[in-house]
Amino acid sequence: MNKGLIDLHEVGMTYQAASGPVEALAGISASIGAGEFVSLVGPSGCGKSTLLRIVAGLRPATRGTITVAGRTVTQPIPDIGMVFQAPILLKWRSILENVLLPAELAGKDPAKLRPRAEQLLEMAGLAGFGPKLPRELSGGMQQRAALCRALLLDPPLLLMDEPFGALDAMTRDDMALELLRIWGEKDLAREARKTVLFVTHSIPEAVFLSDRVIVMSARPGRIAADLRIDLPRPRTVELRATEAFGRLNLELFRALTGKTGGGTTL
Amino acid sequence: MTKLGAFSRQYWPTVVLFAFLLASWQTAVTFGNIREYLLPAPLSVWNALWHGDTAWAGHLWTTTLEIIGAFLMAAVVGVALGVAIAWSPVLANALVPFLVFVNTLPKVAIAPLFLIWMGYGIFPNMLMGALIGFFPVVINTAVGLSQVEPDMLDLGRVFNAPKWKIFVKIRIPNALPYILSALKITATAAVVGAIVGEFVASQRGLGYVIVTTQSSMNTSVAFAALVWISVVGLLLYGAVVLLAHLWAPWAEGVD
Repeated sequence: MNKGLIDLHEVGMTYQAASGPVEALAGISASIGAGEFVSLVGPSGCGKSTLLRIVAGLRPATRGTITVAGRTVTQPIPDIGMVFQAPILLKWRSILENVLLPAELAGKDPAKLRPRAEQLLEMAGLAGFGPKLPRELSGGMQQRAALCRALLLDPPLLLMDEPFGALDAMTRDDMALELLRIWGEKDLAREARKTVLFVTHSIPEAVFLSDRVIVMSARPGRIAADLRIDLPRPRTVELRATEAFGRLNLELFRALTGKTGGGTTL
Repeated sequence: MTKLGAFSRQYWPTVVLFAFLLASWQTAVTFGNIREYLLPAPLSVWNALWHGDTAWAGHLWTTTLEIIGAFLMAAVVGVALGVAIAWSPVLANALVPFLVFVNTLPKVAIAPLFLIWMGYGIFPNMLMGALIGFFPVVINTAVGLSQVEPDMLDLGRVFNAPKWKIFVKIRIPNALPYILSALKITATAAVVGAIVGEFVASQRGLGYVIVTTQSSMNTSVAFAALVWISVVGLLLYGAVVLLAHLWAPWAEGVD
């Protein structure tokens, strides 16, 4: 068996719908190493968001085993940061109080984590926005605050469910760069980086961000391709114009649409 | 000064309409030769508000107490029941059908029973107002407590937060705008309940004043009582709006 930070072995999930049982995921096996940035792409309804929640222990898998950091996942696991498609900030709390929410929920003293929260906000370009209410910030800024909230307790694993899906294209590309910067692709050694599992609809986004892209097929969700992205880091805007970038996009596109078998090369 | 300017720009149509209606009313009564006991002129209502034989202060006090009591009872009991329903599915299954049943009863029809059980007094009239006004609070509290984004609840589960903490930090603040919006309805219902209670059984209060004018044909006094009732009702409503503004400023413009 592989020894990664996350190990999935023959994971499957069937849920009961009104019309009968629906197989959402089938035979998912993968190993994700510490410090790896892995994207999950696939069509709507391929179960990639469900898989993310299964890894987090928020939904039970009906088959197979999931281990994170050597422990079998049977219930929600604490050492993760989660970012969703919507920022889901609490409307009545200031940005700083929102970033500190995990401390309160986890029963830690928020006062002690305040300097870290302020430092995270500064790193995310939100210095001075701490006392503002969420509705006073743009969608992109709210999502950055949500990222700060996910990073507050310094989790080794970051689970992101289409975090930029609700943003406009330009903000989205900016956020991708921002995420890589905060992730520390320039400043941190590979082992010191957080492991990221990133769900997205966008192939270029997945290629731009990731060390590895896992392509999923729909109904039931299976792994259709698992592709290493050997592009140099730190990634830059110019990278998007290179031939290598385009070739990887095409390869993933083919794997996704099943047009040729060319996408399954590892 | 600019605030006053903005205020007058927004509300001048209200003032004009009100003045026009009052003027038409006064003109119709004066020149249309309408008898005083059918429709008193605005001016005689104005006079009855301040002078005349009615001891307004006492009646006003009684009715105001009943309305505030009814409002507070409805608010406290309504929120408590809403929390119980949102907290436990078992309690929800027990309570909801019963509460729906109570709500479909015409409350006015119960008022004579209150007279039999509790006699005359302020309390049965408070209870009547609370009974009419509590239901929207229960429903809105329960809805507000459960309308939390599932992702937000997942966030709570990730950190293994106990149920009470999710209630205190997420669900209750989330429900606050819903509760305050229900309390606006309750403020009006409390007035209705107090007056209905007084109609059926009372020796004091503005509703009692209206009932007595039926036999004395002192219609201007009945109108004056109506004016006092609406003053109390408007003040209570305004207080709830102000409370919403202070407690849930983030929900401004939502309802």
